[in-house]
Amino acid sequence: MSSGTAVPADGTPTGAARTEPAPAAPDATVVLGPPEISRALTRIAHEILERNRGGSRLVLLGIPTRGLPLAHRLAARLADVEPGLDAAALVGSLDVTMHRDDLAHHPTRAIGATDLPAAGIDGKVVVLVDDVLFSGRTIRAALDAISDLGRPAAVQLAALVDRGHRELPIRADYVGKNLPTSTSERVRVLLEETDGRDAVLIEGAR
Amino acid sequence: MKHLLSAGDLSRDEAVRVLDTAAQMAATQAREIKKLPTLRGRTVVNLFFEDSTRTRISFETAAKRLSADVINFSAKGSSVSKGESLKDTALTLQAMGADAVVIRHHASGAPHTLARSGWTQGAVVNAGDGTHQHPTQALLDAFTMRRHLVGDGGRADVAGRDLGGVRVAIVGDVLHSRVARSNVQLLHTLGAEVTLVAPPTLVPVGVGSWPARVSYDLDSMLADGPDAVMMLRVQRERMSTSGGGFFPSPLEYTRSYGLDARRIGLLPEHAIVMHPGPMNRGLEISADAADSDRAVIVEQVSNGVAVRMAVLYLLLAGETTNVKVDGK
Repeated sequence: MSSGTAVPADGTPTGAARTEPAPAAPDATVVLGPPEISRALTRIAHEILERNRGGSRLVLLGIPTRGLPLAHRLAARLADVEPGLDAAALVGSLDVTMHRDDLAHHPTRAIGATDLPAAGIDGKVVVLVDDVLFSGRTIRAALDAISDLGRPAAVQLAALVDRGHRELPIRADYVGKNLPTSTSERVRVLLEETDGRDAVLIEGAR
Repeated sequence: MKHLLSAGDLSRDEAVRVLDTAAQMAATQAREIKKLPTLRGRTVVNLFFEDSTRTRISFETAAKRLSADVINFSAKGSSVSKGESLKDTALTLQAMGADAVVIRHHASGAPHTLARSGWTQGAVVNAGDGTHQHPTQALLDAFTMRRHLVGDGGRADVAGRDLGGVRVAIVGDVLHSRVARSNVQLLHTLGAEVTLVAPPTLVPVGVGSWPARVSYDLDSMLADGPDAVMMLRVQRERMSTSGGGFFPSPLEYTRSYGLDARRIGLLPEHAIVMHPGPMNRGLEISADAADSDRAVIVEQVSNGVAVRMAVLYLLLAGETTNVKVDGK
């Protein structure tokens, strides 16, 4: 998780339960609310279709935990615009835990599920979906994971928030909101599906 | 979790966590490219003082699938046959930088000694010690049972679930079986009901304190409708003569405690037949029982790789806490 926020650090089994409700820090600033998040996703969906001239070759791979519900929401919007698309068949999840380069620096992480759409990813345009783009290391791990799973025609990246501070030459193709931050701040994305409400927060801002 | 020495050390949550991780590992093993970079740069030593095929190969496969370096050490053909002690062997491995030591030893408690002695700083995984424990076998058995008997057989729905209410019969040479000891503890932790079925001579002293019932009659136990039947190998190498005085003759053992086609017919529709291997075909299990569609014995072997990947991942992937040797 590039944001350093979203993965439960103690290795709660994924899929077993919703992530524990996030205790909002007293100094948290709400940067995006539900309508802004919804509008950003709608715009990204249109950009994806425009860039790829339709949705026939698309696969959306969400990175757990919060990339996956975002991928589902994007797929629903794609299917709204392009009637031929089946939203459920577009989406997969891609767990990158076992490809991370920082495993030895954290307590043992729980491994999430990787489920690809039935048609696989060979020759498709894969759009990686994550909540926060930060150092870029999660995406590097995701690219490695993808190369073990098949050979897509192209890989693109959609992130709800780009908070800067890249440590690798990686950029997003679709960004919901560019959020200039300092490294001491924490950016948290809360989603209805995992946290009970939609919001993007900045914590620790002084 | 720092070491895996005994199935009894695992709490319910820890055991379920291993099974959930193993389920994800199993999913990666269905892919075309099975290798993951997760343990790159870590070294796993397989220290085998006792013969083994499937356990050693299984651990070796698991470590290699996670990109760890594997060093195989077997007592035969090594300095151990010149009289080297466990301590000196362990110190040698420590000097070579082993991050994990997978040990099988004929003496009960050898892995415990290795883990608590300070001779090695790596994680110690018990791969079978004497007649004491074989925790990864119990974990793979529990994993196999959970796949078949919990939920509707799908992978995702059983995440986080234990074996509550599953009824298991463990049949045969309980006395010499570390597999039985580990399974009784782990299955009890996971909420299953265990019944041991064996001739009175092969029931260990003190079994009354185990969380399991004991029966001497296989047919009535099978008619009782267990969900899983686990046949144990008759460990004739641990008995002096053919039956070692434990039973009158192999034929008589087979008649009373062997699983054959007729006895499989007594089982309920959904019940599975398990065996930790290696099998004595014709002794504790007949060929048609071993090859029947109820037997999941081959699947146990492939689940073993996934479970051992999960164990190595959980012991080795996280923060390196090798400073202190003790404490989980």
